[in-house]
Amino acid sequence: MSAHATAAHPPLYAGGLRSWLTTVDHKRIGVLYGVSALFYFVVGGVEALIIRLQLASPTADVVGADTFNQLFTMHGTTMVFLVLMPLSAALFNYMIPLMIGARDVAFPRLNAFSFWTFFFGSVLLNLSFFVGDPPDAGWFGYANLTSKQYNPGMGIDFWLLSVQIMGIASIASAVNFTVTILNMRAPGMSLMRVPLFVWMALVVQVLMLLAFPPITVAFIFLMFDRFFGTHFYIPSAGGTPILWQHLFWIFGHPEVYILILPSFGVVSEVLPTFARKPLFGAPFMIFSGILIGFLGFGVWSHHMFTTGLGAVADTAFSLATMLIAIPTGVKIFNWIATLWGGHIRFRTPLYFAVGMVGLFIIGGLSGIMHASPPVDIQQHDSYFVVAHLHYVFFGGTVFGLFAGIYYWWPKVTGRMIGEGLGKLHFWLMVVGMNLTFFPMHFLGLDGMPRRIYTYATDLGWERWNMIATVGAFLIAVSVLVFFVNAARSLASKTQAPADPWDAATLEWTVSSPPPEYNFAVVPTVNSARPFWLHKYGPTRDISTRTKAQGTPAQPDNPPTRIDLPSPSSWPILAALGLALLGGGALVGLWMVLFGAAVLVFCVYRWAFQPLERTGHPTFGPAPSGGSS
Amino acid sequence: MDAHATTFGVPSRKMAMWVFIASECMFFGSLIATYLSYEGKSLVGPTPREILNIPLTSVSTFVLLMSSLAMVLALEAVQTGNRRGARMWLGAVVVLGGLFLAGQVYEFREFYHEGLTLQQNLFGATFFVLTGFHGAHVTVGVIWMVTLLVMSLRGQLGPERSLDVEVAGLYWHFVDVVWIVIFTVVYLIQ
Amino acid sequence: MAEHPTHETAHAGAHASKGTYWLIALVLGILTLLEVAVFYVPLLHSVIVPILLVLSSAKFALVAMFFMHLKFDKPILTTLFAGGLVVATAIILSMMLLFGTIGPGAHM
Repeated sequence: MSAHATAAHPPLYAGGLRSWLTTVDHKRIGVLYGVSALFYFVVGGVEALIIRLQLASPTADVVGADTFNQLFTMHGTTMVFLVLMPLSAALFNYMIPLMIGARDVAFPRLNAFSFWTFFFGSVLLNLSFFVGDPPDAGWFGYANLTSKQYNPGMGIDFWLLSVQIMGIASIASAVNFTVTILNMRAPGMSLMRVPLFVWMALVVQVLMLLAFPPITVAFIFLMFDRFFGTHFYIPSAGGTPILWQHLFWIFGHPEVYILILPSFGVVSEVLPTFARKPLFGAPFMIFSGILIGFLGFGVWSHHMFTTGLGAVADTAFSLATMLIAIPTGVKIFNWIATLWGGHIRFRTPLYFAVGMVGLFIIGGLSGIMHASPPVDIQQHDSYFVVAHLHYVFFGGTVFGLFAGIYYWWPKVTGRMIGEGLGKLHFWLMVVGMNLTFFPMHFLGLDGMPRRIYTYATDLGWERWNMIATVGAFLIAVSVLVFFVNAARSLASKTQAPADPWDAATLEWTVSSPPPEYNFAVVPTVNSARPFWLHKYGPTRDISTRTKAQGTPAQPDNPPTRIDLPSPSSWPILAALGLALLGGGALVGLWMVLFGAAVLVFCVYRWAFQPLERTGHPTFGPAPSGGSS
Repeated sequence: MDAHATTFGVPSRKMAMWVFIASECMFFGSLIATYLSYEGKSLVGPTPREILNIPLTSVSTFVLLMSSLAMVLALEAVQTGNRRGARMWLGAVVVLGGLFLAGQVYEFREFYHEGLTLQQNLFGATFFVLTGFHGAHVTVGVIWMVTLLVMSLRGQLGPERSLDVEVAGLYWHFVDVVWIVIFTVVYLIQ
Repeated sequence: MAEHPTHETAHAGAHASKGTYWLIALVLGILTLLEVAVFYVPLLHSVIVPILLVLSSAKFALVAMFFMHLKFDKPILTTLFAGGLVVATAIILSMMLLFGTIGPGAHM
């Protein structure tokens, strides 16, 4: 290739605001998801800190009861829908096409639409703060706390409409990524050669596809109850609030796996890389992940043992729940077996991955306790449950996602990130997390209920509550260390190499950050660890071999002309129309109709706009013929 | 989009529609589950037995089934480059879909006059929301079919775009099979 | 009809002939007629539920296999559809059991 062609390769993140608003590049959309999620991580974290300040001492008066209800509702909703899901989506967006050897997702513009729909939905949720009426019924919004009779304000409407809108974004994204993973793999990448992270992502997409419709329906009923006076959840007309609980948890339990499986996937990539060994029992890991996802649909009523479902139902759901411990145990054993005998390099991603395994075990064990109805009834609605779910979501998901952030940071930013600050971040977070959430086990067993805004002096709960609050602020400090580390990394000038960790998967075969077209030559895959095969030849233990060759697998510039999808304004405008349509329910019919008109107009313009750049310079040597 | 470049040899848009349909199974499944869970739990009338009009709905069920026939024949015509056939059968889908919707509007009005409203009882709420969302899906389908018909009339719907029609057809047939279930579960099994 | 298309022939517009479509539509019409007929025959009221479920399942399967081409298309599409269908059916049955519409506590 001539040196001339290299000039046609613009930096990935070049361009102004407009280029970000209209981008359809999966890597840029991944960055958008990541930045939004980290921003909301701070918002949700501040909400948590205020909650902990209020609970630090008995009869405190930092916030009142109403504000407290709003804070824990917004904290839960924010962390689930605005932080953990989009942070996973960030990694999915950026990494999946790279890891399967594709140039983009199956539907790049739908991908942009998903992000902007999520984004406008998240803005709508937080607008409730600005009208002074945030939702206050908990992130699971149990019926009749949400009924018009008991909750006449607009907070619940903000909550249900925004989560509904974000649900549409999730379904659109799930369709897109299911098809991408199934249908866009590089030649030779059979399903059993798909990296574990991508496999777990596929299970997550299927869970989103099947779990979001029930919550959509539950929200439709709630919307009809609140806006049109129906009685879906109203006992006086024969309805039952339990219907909400069923529909919510038919969504809600798979949602738990939607939140944890991405982290499982990250850990399954990080451990082999830093142990310099292939993942132990990879096929078992894949099938365990599928089984966890499948069983996840059959256990929802274990959230409802206290509603009195009857002995048969309790037994069935209890047994199904206990079954999930088996594939989960398989995963944990295989992670440990992957580390066993490995030549471990102690880098920050490994710290977080190992931390995830350890902390998740604690959350998993208390989860098995809840599978037993008598135990569950004892612990229901107590701080023991708060401890359990935070060990799963914080110890499991947040640690796993941070492992992913540190692991892929050089690939995404093109800069290395500090090891010293990274490890400081890790240790502060481990200590802070355990100080915050471990005492909640004791508080729960001692009878402290969830969602109380204050407690009396003579209950003996002060000490553990104070320790939990100190721990929460330690977590805040650790997050601060992360942001300092990130800022220092971004400000540094040293270019990260393409393959800083000597890893096995395809994303490390391209430059950091990757070129817009990802792969100059679409790779042909002959192994589950294609880059190790390329570098070391066919050996299972790479630590004993020296590199066969150090050359990158990809040429610097593409030998052929590559057509890429062109930027488009219609996805973001269509998402805006959808948000106006949904948010319009709070304003008036005219706005709903206006939003619908915008949506329909944009969808038509989008449908009839050609996907690929035409008459636009493409990369690589100028083609001899005309444009395509 | 090229089928030959995809892993399964299936065009991605077609696979996406099937994935979406799988998701829609859960949407209608949740609505049907609620309808059945609340069956017979209304505190006041009217009840399904008193109000459901089986002859009318049988006819509109038949109309929707025949629209599916028109749909496959339209696809066949587009694939073979038969432009006249494509217009005729796409037009037939639009007309039959429109007839089904007209039947539903008539049915809803009748029920309303007989005292069954969204707010009247659980039957009203679950019935109108279930069949209403099905009707909304049919409406989207009719708009989609009109779009294809206009494309065909403009000469933009040659055999190279048959995938557009096939994907739209999958959606249309799915809406039809949902109605097959609703007709049986709501109307015939009371 | 071939039971399973080979890989080579599966893509190229593999589907039934026009005559088959008309035949399927005829069968669908007849099945619908039967359903309505069953509804109006008092003698059958004790077994109406199983009969109707069989008839409508047959209609469902015919539309999915022939009009939606599942019979002639790649198995992955059937797998995807079946996944959603099976989970949805399981949820419907579980909810009916939990709410006492069917099962031991029915019609209380």
